[in-house]
Order: sequence, then structure tokens, then C-alpha cells
Amino acid sequence: MVNRTKLNWSHVTPKPLWLNRRALIAGIGATALASPALAKIAAKPSQFSTDVEPNTLEEITNYNNFYEFGWDKTDPAANAGQLTTDPWSVTVDGLVDRPGTYDLADIMKDRPLEERIYRFRCVEAWAMVIPWIGFELSGLLNRFGVQPSAKYVAIQTLLRPEEMPGQRAGGINWPYVEGLRLDEAMNPLTIMATGLYGENLPKQNGAPLRLVVPWKYGFKSIKSIVKISLVAEQPPTTWQQLQPSEYGFYANVNPEVNHPRWSQATERKIGGGFFASRQETLKFNGYGDEVAGMYAGMDLAKNY
Amino acid sequence: MARLDAWLKRVPNWAVWLAGFIPLAWLIWLVVTNDLGVDPVKEIEHRLGKIALWFLVGGLVITPLRSFVGLNLIRYRRAIGLLAFIYVVLHLMAWAVFDMGLLMSQAINDLFRRPYLIFGISAFILLIPLAITSNKASIRKLGANWRRLHWLVYPAVLLGVVHYLWQMKVIRTEGWIWLVVALLLLATRIKWPGSSARSAPKKGPSKRQQAINAANKT
Repeated sequence: MVNRTKLNWSHVTPKPLWLNRRALIAGIGATALASPALAKIAAKPSQFSTDVEPNTLEEITNYNNFYEFGWDKTDPAANAGQLTTDPWSVTVDGLVDRPGTYDLADIMKDRPLEERIYRFRCVEAWAMVIPWIGFELSGLLNRFGVQPSAKYVAIQTLLRPEEMPGQRAGGINWPYVEGLRLDEAMNPLTIMATGLYGENLPKQNGAPLRLVVPWKYGFKSIKSIVKISLVAEQPPTTWQQLQPSEYGFYANVNPEVNHPRWSQATERKIGGGFFASRQETLKFNGYGDEVAGMYAGMDLAKNY
Repeated sequence: MARLDAWLKRVPNWAVWLAGFIPLAWLIWLVVTNDLGVDPVKEIEHRLGKIALWFLVGGLVITPLRSFVGLNLIRYRRAIGLLAFIYVVLHLMAWAVFDMGLLMSQAINDLFRRPYLIFGISAFILLIPLAITSNKASIRKLGANWRRLHWLVYPAVLLGVVHYLWQMKVIRTEGWIWLVVALLLLATRIKWPGSSARSAPKKGPSKRQQAINAANKT
């Protein structure tokens, strides 16, 4: 809703689209329209990628919890099409040297895009493997000049009930908000995703910009981001406000700490077939080497 | 209503059974045609549970239909109750085999520690004796105790509905509707002081019909 009429960065074609267009023209010239390289976003592979086979695009885009578009897993795919993702701007405020409202193209400017094939674990005890394309959040935050007094990052999803039917229904106090401790936000595993399977992020997956924190339950990975605030105090988060006994601020994947109503010891792999699709859940979703140090000395059962 | 009642009387019991298996046939068809979406396991499990709820609640509708509307479907109640039980068993099997992948140690561990699973399994356990005694021989043998035993269907339905609500991340409108409907149906069973909820005095069945009903019940 911000700066929608003003001429700004969104009127500049984003580089990936521009590249696609060039590739398309080249493609027509070469009459090789079906070439797989055609619409791919250029993204470097990453050492943090898992070598587990990713879920199919169909699975990733038709099984979403994005309550802004409805309660059912298939609702986002059905309803997210109406979301306007261009123009898109992100407000950066709080304890930063360069606050402001930045257009998406500006946010993405000079961000090195990488493909990160990450395990994804939902608090509902299902799991996928997703080939995200994105950039490290730390690089973005550093651009704004994080002040020493900043301890947390608070992130907000778009509030636009006219395009997000779920926001017209009750149940959740919109907009959706999430947050990370600053060291979590600065961890190299934490990315802002803008793409998936070599394409721009599908709307049901949180286009045009979403957080991905692979060692935490999926609800931490907030979608369709419009605001990033650097703050001194732990910010409120949607699920924690909704049900504090069940969803904590940290929400680290942990098979030893069960959800009060269900076990987190195992998970069902989506696309795993009818038999034996259940697998052991790994602590920190398997990213312990990279992240466990941040929680040294913390009681993870208490800080769930 | 009398005409509808008379027409319904001609519906044979096997037709109710046949109709009762249509949802299962449909579900199997969706599995075969790979039409259950990205997560067929959850879909099968949830659909079977929901069908079981329909039959469980449907079974509770029969008595109020007779007392308040004058529609007598008592003769189909056994089929509806047994169909409900069959779908509960299928739901439970889908959970154990497809969802839990037969990791029985975790399944059993969960069963006794997770509130919503406790509600669900309790409903199932309560329904077992009812299914076993849903036949003429048991009714003869148990006499008045048969009715006392089958009173268990009320807590079973309530536990089933609570089980359904409790597994939701956020309880949705549909969940609350199920709970309200179940509670209303249970409320019709309460004998309020000064009135009899079990028989509608104005449009109630005739003496003869009451006798037939009594005979059908036993």
C-alpha cells in the first residue's frame, strides 16, 4: 500500500526478469523455446545445500500453510493468484542508520543469489526439501547499518485484506508478524528467498520476498514481507501471541521437545508414498553444526 | 411428513448399507486416480475420520427426528451405527499404517500422551462393545442392560468431536459447528423436569406405532 502511486524502483524491471526477457528473445532467435535454461534465475550453488532429492514443484506449490489465503493447504494455490507483487516495497525501520521504504528491486540490488536446497520442517510434523533461491539476510541487514543497540529483528507480512481473503476472516490478529534474535538473523543459513526451482517465487510460497530459517519450524519463515524492524526487545510473534503454551519465540526444530498436543519426534515426508514415509526428526532440523552454538547454555525445553 | 415416513419405510436396510459404502468407494476411486493432492495420507486419514463423524452424529439424529418431526428411521439405526464404527476402524488403520508408518512404539507412546489421540482412541474403545452387541441376540441376552450399554454412544460421539477439534492448529468455524450440533443433539436426550423430551405429545406416533417402535428397538 505504501508508495503505490509514486514512481519508484518498482518501475525498473528487476534484473532477473530483464535477464529472462533477454533469454526469451535469444530463445526465439534460436527457436529453442523449450530450452531448460530459458527462464532460470542465475543462482550459485551453495555449500549449505542438502544433497537430498528435493520435493517436486507441484508438491511445494500445492501444499502450503499461508493462512492469509485460507485454512486449507490447497487454498494458497487457489487464492494467491490475485496478490499484486509488483510494485512491492519493504520498509526498514528501527535501530538502523539508513531507515526507509525500499523498492524490491532496490532490496535485491547487488544481493548475490544462491540456490539453497534446504530441509523444511513444519510444526505440524511434516517435512519437505525445497530448492530455494535467495540471499543471506545478514548482507541485506548490513546494508542498512544495524546499530549496536539492536538485538532482534521483527518482520511483518503484507496486510491487504482485499487481496488476501484469509485476512477478511477472524482467528488471527493480522498482519502476520515474526522475529529472530539478531545472531539468528545474521547466521549464514538465514536467507531471504525470492525464487524457487530457478523461477521467481510462486505467490503461494510467499512472493516476492520471504524469510527461510531452515532450523526452525516453518511458521518462523514469514512470507510476503513488507517490513523489517531492528529492535532492542524480543518482538511479539503471531503464533506465540495466539497460543503461547504451544508456540514459542525460538521454535527450533527439536525432536526432544514435543508440541503439547502432538509428538515432534518424527515427521512425515511429503511425497514419501503410502508406506514408511515417516522419518526421524533431526535436532535443529539437521543444521546443528551451523546453529547449535547460538543456543549454548540455553534450556531449549523452556525456550521452545 | 407421514407420506415421507411411509415412503422411507420401503427403503430396505441393504440400501442403507450400500449407500454407507459410497463414501468409501469414492475415496478409493480418488486414491486410484491419484486425485487426493500432494499429501494423500493425511487426506485419506482425515476424510475417513470425517465420514465416521457424519455417521456418528447421524445416528444421534434419529431419535430427535422421531420425537420432534415424526420421522421414524429407527430401523436404520443399527446400520448407521455399524457404518460409523467401520469408518472409525478404517480411520484408525489409516493412522497406524499410512500416517505412523507402523512405527508402533511411537504410535502407542503418542496414543497415551497426546490429548487429542486419547480422545479419539477413547471414543473408539467406547464404541467396541456397542458394535459387538449390535445384533438381535445381544439385545435379547442383555435385556434392559442393552440400552444402558448403548448409552455409551453419547460420550463416544462427544469424544470424537473433541478429538476432531483438538487436532486443529486453530479451531475453525466448521469445528465449532460440529461441536454445537453434537451438543444440541445430546441436549435432546436430557429429560428436563416437567416435560418429556423423548416423545412429542402433539404429532407423536400412535399407540400402535409406539408399540412397533418399541419392538424395533429391541
